[in-house]
Amino acid sequence: MEITKEAICGTLESNDLLVKVAPRDELEVVISSAVMRQFGARIREVVEETLRKMEVSHGQIMIEDKGGLDCTIRARVQGAVLRGSECGELDWRVL
Amino acid sequence: MKKPRRSMLFIPGSNAAMLSTAFVYRPDSIMFDLEDAVALREKDSARLLVYHALQFQGYRGMETVVRINPLDTPFGLKDLDAAVRGGAAIIRLPKTDCAADVLRLEAEVDRIERECGREQGSTRLMAAIESASGVVNALAIATSSPRMDSIALAGFDYVVDMQTQRGDGIELFYARCSVLHAARFAKIDAFDVVFSDVNDDEGFLKEVALIKRLGFNGKSLINPRQIDLLHNAFAPTQDELHRAERIVEAAEKAEREGLGVVSLNGKMVDAPVVANAHRILELAKTSYSQN
Repeated sequence: MEITKEAICGTLESNDLLVKVAPRDELEVVISSAVMRQFGARIREVVEETLRKMEVSHGQIMIEDKGGLDCTIRARVQGAVLRGSECGELDWRVL
Repeated sequence: MKKPRRSMLFIPGSNAAMLSTAFVYRPDSIMFDLEDAVALREKDSARLLVYHALQFQGYRGMETVVRINPLDTPFGLKDLDAAVRGGAAIIRLPKTDCAADVLRLEAEVDRIERECGREQGSTRLMAAIESASGVVNALAIATSSPRMDSIALAGFDYVVDMQTQRGDGIELFYARCSVLHAARFAKIDAFDVVFSDVNDDEGFLKEVALIKRLGFNGKSLINPRQIDLLHNAFAPTQDELHRAERIVEAAEKAEREGLGVVSLNGKMVDAPVVANAHRILELAKTSYSQN
């Protein structure tokens, strides 16, 4: 899936995260989190796994996390990527 | 015997915080809402949040319901895809006006279950009745599909359709009785309307007493603090419990002795009374194990 435009998904409320995506020539993932020290590695793992399943290999992914669970992180990353791509239909098998 | 369902708590599908924590309130059923509680511009993101929340371990063992948008909107089928594939136990269809609405939903659920490999028939359906048409067709709706699990009355749209407004409950009397009779005939559950003033405990309990007496299984709720009030109100009294225990004991004794007739204190006890006693014992088990 290719990110072709800037898009945003999520909120900065507690238990949520804000994901911004933008087109780039390379894949760049930037994460900031209120719980970075405790869960930073896990957040990155979930984000990268989600991007891999969606076959996102280019783009800037900016994440501001406010304590989202794994399921919330997956949903917000997927939401931002889908909004930032031209792909209208979901392939549920990769979610 | 089926576990009693008294409380069905609405959770807005777009609210990540509530989706992450609502399981702690332990309602009998939890309903993720993709319809009225979600703004148009967040329909896509709410769908994803709900899809993943359905698989969150916090909700394992809980009965999950997803209220989708009507199938004649651009969102309905996409919501259904997410809900069935995500593993929702029940799909709540809003604005169900006739049996054809359920049959269309059933056909789509059949298709999605086949596509994703989910056990055929494992997704159950709940019809929300929100109009005069739905009330008039309640029996046809309730008996329209073997997947039908329950029927729910939704008060706000209904009173608008009836050109009236919410009041002391008389405006819902016919609709309540109608959907309840349809549900009982079809042997499915019936849920009453939400009570929207979360600060009016007295009014809430008055309404709960009414719908319990009418025979509803439970109520749709919009605030977790209404759960305990509802569960306590539905808990059998000590007298009801003791009487039910005596009836069940008498029925078991009659069965052991090979008697065709159950009697208690010299009076014959009919089979429906025995069945009702079992229902009360089950309700007591659920009520007192949670409190």
